Amino acid sequence: MRLDLESLGLEEGADILLRRALRRLAPAESLEVVGNHPELRLHLRAWARTMGVAADFTAPHTHRLTPNAAGLPTERAGAAPPEGVVESPPRHWGLAARGAAVERGSAGFDFGLVDKLEIWSDDAARLYARAAAAQWDPQTAIDWHQPVAHDDDIETAVVQVMTYLIENETAALLVPARFAATIHPHFREVLQLLAIQAADEARHMEVFTRRALLRHTAPGVSTSGGQASLKTLVTEPDFAIASFLLSVMGEGSFLVLLDFLAREGPDPITRDICRLAAQDEARHVAFGLSHLRRHAAQDATLRPRLAMAMQRRHAELMHTSGLNELVFEALTVIAAGGFEPAMIAGGHAKIMRLQTDMDLARQGSLIRLGFGEAEARALSSLHTRNFM
Amino acid sequence: MTDRIILGAVAYDPKVVTIWEGFKDFFQVQGLAFDYVLYSNYESQVRGHWGGQCNIAWNSPLAWVEAERLATRHGRRAHAIAMRDTDRDLASVVVVRKGAGIDSIAGLKGKRIATGAEDSPQATLIPLEVLAAEGLLPGRDFELIRYDIGLGKHGDHVGGERDAAKALMAGSADACCILDANRLLFAREGTLPTGVTKVLAETGLFDHCNFTIFDDAPQALIHRFTELLLAMRFDDPAVRPLLELEGLKQWLPGRASGYALLNSAVDRAGGLDHFLPS
Ligand SMILES: [Fe+2]
Ligand SMILES: [Fe+2]
Repeated sequence: MRLDLESLGLEEGADILLRRALRRLAPAESLEVVGNHPELRLHLRAWARTMGVAADFTAPHTHRLTPNAAGLPTERAGAAPPEGVVESPPRHWGLAARGAAVERGSAGFDFGLVDKLEIWSDDAARLYARAAAAQWDPQTAIDWHQPVAHDDDIETAVVQVMTYLIENETAALLVPARFAATIHPHFREVLQLLAIQAADEARHMEVFTRRALLRHTAPGVSTSGGQASLKTLVTEPDFAIASFLLSVMGEGSFLVLLDFLAREGPDPITRDICRLAAQDEARHVAFGLSHLRRHAAQDATLRPRLAMAMQRRHAELMHTSGLNELVFEALTVIAAGGFEPAMIAGGHAKIMRLQTDMDLARQGSLIRLGFGEAEARALSSLHTRNFM
Repeated sequence: MTDRIILGAVAYDPKVVTIWEGFKDFFQVQGLAFDYVLYSNYESQVRGHWGGQCNIAWNSPLAWVEAERLATRHGRRAHAIAMRDTDRDLASVVVVRKGAGIDSIAGLKGKRIATGAEDSPQATLIPLEVLAAEGLLPGRDFELIRYDIGLGKHGDHVGGERDAAKALMAGSADACCILDANRLLFAREGTLPTGVTKVLAETGLFDHCNFTIFDDAPQALIHRFTELLLAMRFDDPAVRPLLELEGLKQWLPGRASGYALLNSAVDRAGGLDHFLPS
């Protein structure tokens, strides 16, 4: 092959053309370089030396470059489309784009999650696209000037529920963020989805905090029982179990709770923020169900492991107070809308109904994961009384 | 000392520790007993090597010439056992400003010539040797402006050459002497643009660093060391960072044939005693 550099020098980009031409050489072929830059031969010699390229300047006007065998071999990191995802991408593919030609000798990364079986879902790309399209701006999606007209006892109940929601949203942010940091980026769609899920939770934290502080100057009470329950979630090291407990059981229950608050909330702002958060939560539940169904279909040991995790968590939390009285009371007051005994009775009935709805939602999810009806009933009843 | 390789190297940069610690791990994994000692300058290294503190020295070209002459003086031999692919066939250049009316080496008579450190083969000794062969001697025929950065490190530090190039651009020198690769580097950086400067003269080709041994080095160990070195591959993840740090793609067998210009320069300067007083 012949390359005419004309007057272009290596100090002004000729190396781009040289590399391009060298890449196109057939094995054992050499490159004939001509040009009229006054220092071409000198620069070529210095450049070729450091590039591991042999240079021959014996011909008067044509310089011959031959790449040494030391040229870097590369390896394709799977293929770009989702069908190109491999079962166990090697760690030395590192941060390379899927399908990229990775130079051998690249540094490896200590990714913790490297198995398609554990994390992949064919729905991930679709859910990510949906999430990206559905991002809402807390500043403009909600009219923060809408009236909050109820009396302060009701407002205190709202603030207590918001306080509870905020710490649950925090746990829901930490879990995907922690796993996102350890997923092999070969599973790009899953990584993106977890990242945008964490961003969803960031917005939820924001709107619930704003709502809590709309009329009061401080949030309500954070209970030790609530935090004990969340700690078992945040520290769960196994992705499948964490995802099951958080997304399927926890966020599945939360979805029902947020729908409830979107209906029963005492003011339009509370109702709006819960409606918007519920839309996001539905995607989080969908991904959890989707990758766990795929996993369970290929690994018969998964369901027993998930059931055991439920039992273990139940035993661990048995002696904590579960959903604290303050939150239960606040939800009842919100559902009642006032303090007349008959109103409280009505509110209490609604909260009983809410808990039944959550239970049914969890059972439905468990059945979709392949559990039998009786087992689904039993497992759902073990779910944390904190809801999340 | 015959039970392991002890390599001498000059600490011209903090990365030298990273490099040889890395090589130590590499050789350990390969089952070769290996350690290293660091010197602050090449003259101490050559003396230490001769005195048995180490049995291989990673020598600059001038340190090689010093070691070889020291051995010869005592009726012994020094050998270059391996070198980098980037140590072969270097050249230095003399650069002048365009339009300064200097069109030949003779035109440098009466001018100011900037070089690197006194003991830099590429930026001082070899270019001055080429000028001397054309009849131009420093002090007598031209004014020498030396940038003595890192004396004792034989020009391993690029600072002296960069200062010489800057002096040319600033007009405080009429010519500067630098390595061919630095001509390209400085042109790319804009320190020494090709549009306003030109290469007046080019030296012949010469070689740079090598691993040096004396003839009493433990043969089996040296053989194994060389064998492992030459087998290092740039596409091996375990050794690639070391090769990148040390600036090579491939180790090659050593050769003593690339030091003729430097030997002439050393002769002209007064021989071994000028650099390594006994
Ligand atoms: Fe959320
Ligand atoms: Fe969520």
